[in-house]
Amino acid sequence: MDHQEIVKMTGITKLFPGVRALHNVDFDVRAGEVHALVGENGAGKSTLIKILMGVHQKTEGEIVVEGERVEVKNPLHAQSLGLSAVYQDINFAQHLSVAENMFMGKLPRNKFGIVDHKAINTETNHIMSSIGVDVEATEIISNLTIAKQEMVAIGKVLHQKAKFVIFDEPTAQLTTEETEELFRIIQMLKEKNVAIVYISHRMEEIFQISDRITVLKDGELVGTVPTESVNEDDLIAMMVGRKLEDMYNIKHIELGDTALKVENLSRAGEFADINFEVKKGEIFGMFGLVGSGRSEIVHTIFGDKPRDSGTVTLHGKVTNAKSPSEAISAGIALLPENRKEQGLALELSISDNTNMASVENISSMGVLNTKKGDQITQKFVDILQTKTPSISQIAKNLSGGNQQKVVIGKWLAADSDLFIFDEPTVGVDVGAKVEIYKVFEELISQGKTIIIISSYLPEVMGLSNRLLVMHEGKQMGILDKSEYSEENVLRLASGMQLERSHKDEYE
Amino acid sequence: MSTNEKQTKKIKLVGGKTELFLLGVLALLFLVFGLTSPVFFRFSNLMNLLRQTSIYGIVALGMVFVIISSGIDLSVGSVLGFSGTVTALLLTNNVNVVVAILIAIVACAAIGLVNGVLIYDGKVPPFIATMGMMSLVRAMLMLMTNARMISGFPESFLGIARAEVFGVPLLAVVWITLTIIAWFVAKKTVFGRNVYAFGSNEESARLSGINTRLTVYGTYIFSAVMCAIAGILITSRLSNAAPTTGTGYELDAIAAAVVGGASLSGGKGSITGVFLGAIIMSTLRQGGTLLGINSFIMEIVIALLIVAAVLLDQMQRRRGGVK
Repeated sequence: MDHQEIVKMTGITKLFPGVRALHNVDFDVRAGEVHALVGENGAGKSTLIKILMGVHQKTEGEIVVEGERVEVKNPLHAQSLGLSAVYQDINFAQHLSVAENMFMGKLPRNKFGIVDHKAINTETNHIMSSIGVDVEATEIISNLTIAKQEMVAIGKVLHQKAKFVIFDEPTAQLTTEETEELFRIIQMLKEKNVAIVYISHRMEEIFQISDRITVLKDGELVGTVPTESVNEDDLIAMMVGRKLEDMYNIKHIELGDTALKVENLSRAGEFADINFEVKKGEIFGMFGLVGSGRSEIVHTIFGDKPRDSGTVTLHGKVTNAKSPSEAISAGIALLPENRKEQGLALELSISDNTNMASVENISSMGVLNTKKGDQITQKFVDILQTKTPSISQIAKNLSGGNQQKVVIGKWLAADSDLFIFDEPTVGVDVGAKVEIYKVFEELISQGKTIIIISSYLPEVMGLSNRLLVMHEGKQMGILDKSEYSEENVLRLASGMQLERSHKDEYE
Repeated sequence: MSTNEKQTKKIKLVGGKTELFLLGVLALLFLVFGLTSPVFFRFSNLMNLLRQTSIYGIVALGMVFVIISSGIDLSVGSVLGFSGTVTALLLTNNVNVVVAILIAIVACAAIGLVNGVLIYDGKVPPFIATMGMMSLVRAMLMLMTNARMISGFPESFLGIARAEVFGVPLLAVVWITLTIIAWFVAKKTVFGRNVYAFGSNEESARLSGINTRLTVYGTYIFSAVMCAIAGILITSRLSNAAPTTGTGYELDAIAAAVVGGASLSGGKGSITGVFLGAIIMSTLRQGGTLLGINSFIMEIVIALLIVAAVLLDQMQRRRGGVK
């Protein structure tokens, strides 16, 4: 029973007009296993999954579900075969309740044709408590955290009696604790003999949760290996086709004078009394769990949210930006956390996006010099090695990593001095990550200053010179590189003091 | 690759695939009506076609900006009527023609500004804000005129609609000139690109330092000014201003924009598209009349065209969304 193949895909090839997205890929998932599917963006992971889920039709190959050959016609058909997916952008009706979302499409009705709310609420509470998640069935979805919404999505999958579940980047927006909670539930699904496909860019998670790993590269199968037979380096080498010693190992420079000085910055209900200084050439890290106020602080520095008190000084000049445009003219750049909702105009071209924050450089009297704008765009596309057929390509059609490069290009074009990167590598593949880190290296070598926020500890610890840790709007401390350890950071982030300071008191 | 590039260049001349498709549709309509009606290709008839398209073609220019900004302007018909009535009242009170026209334009711009303030600062959804404005302005018109038609304008004003430039009606010349200006604004000015950026993603536009307030104000003011001009022209053409003038124009303007490839979710739309969209719609109406086809049947055809345009766009999108 354990080793029964729930899904077996053989020789899958998918041709899109002009592109071969997949070529002769084999992939199988057994009952009760977690099978990680990894590869850079554009490797063909999503296409493979979408073929299985009936979103796309394969060009060649065979799909066998529980021993029977099938042609998955559409997502509904996939569902009826017991195949389901929890996507990273969870599609819930935000204004409806947990229970209504869980039963969407098959709401039970009583004899008067009225929705039987009592039944769905009871059933929902039952399902959610069976996976040990504390959510009230009547709660409106939009009131839940992303993590809780994801748990509801899992509950929904369970309710549909799925035998096979795909998790697509499920932890992209979760805190460390929430991720642990998710893993507990995945473990539980495993014990129920559900076959699980786990897609993630985070190596640590893959090693923690998976039994086998399949690596795709450029639409082809690199190999399927038992997780215990490989280490992280092997896996990265398989994914990118080359060895990566340490991708966070970028060249730091001698720090210069103080670039940014933040004093007693406060904003009611979000954070209070924030104090820190960042030097020229420094990469300054900020870490905190969701709700710790880290993004709110940088949005305040950027003038996007008004401050209640405090001072922001850049190169000795008080800036206290009251709007993003003020901050931009002072030389501050903000790469916001949510690329698609805040960073990019998806319908517009790379060129339009690149020039968006520096339009005064390519215009006079309100009239644009589009030729100059295109030249600037081409320059940054080349520098950042953005993969695109042309600069008039619509941003929507690029992969996550390339979209992020477009946003970075926008701030390079604006010739900013202080770069604030809020979660710069979420949903970005390994290759593009390394390229983005190279940009960091280049920026600090020019004496620019970087603030990086990341909820991914190895990244933020690996890149930064110092690290400010937040907890519920309070600045818990600033760690020097010598004090870096996951334990120290997590202690501070969860509101505890460092062990060291404890000892100091007694000495 | 090189043929591909050539193709893109060719397409760029008119705008894009949508525009090329519309041009094809228009050519087809011309062919059909030209073959079936002996008078269709007569110069006088073609000029008449242009004259009929001009008024709502101008309104549609403003509308497409609003739609690109992910808004909607339902007040255009009322503002058009308002412009006509204000001009008419001033003219019958012996105000100089140029002064009267300028006052009407400024008054309409003020209405556009109020729309912008309600939408940007008041956070009222554009549909509601401009629907309110539509009813409010229309009611004001009725009060101002006692629901009566105004006429009796000086020759110099009536001459505007009758004037021709090398045989082409001045109305059409104004429309085409405004189209070229709008095209330039949309493609080549900071304001134009800001409207696209705002419509595609308000948040990213704001975080890129774009003055989103001025972008919204500017969009609705532009739309209102287009209506003002259209209102003046129609008043000159009809030799009177009725308080009901312009009723229903918002739908024709939206239709022209949508047929021209604009997306109601914002960030997408073109001036060439709305220009062609407007001509296609009036060609259908006029061709139908020439052939003696029941005008309701032509309305059905236009309705189908609007839905087909959006369907096609959606189908393209779905195919385009594929990696």
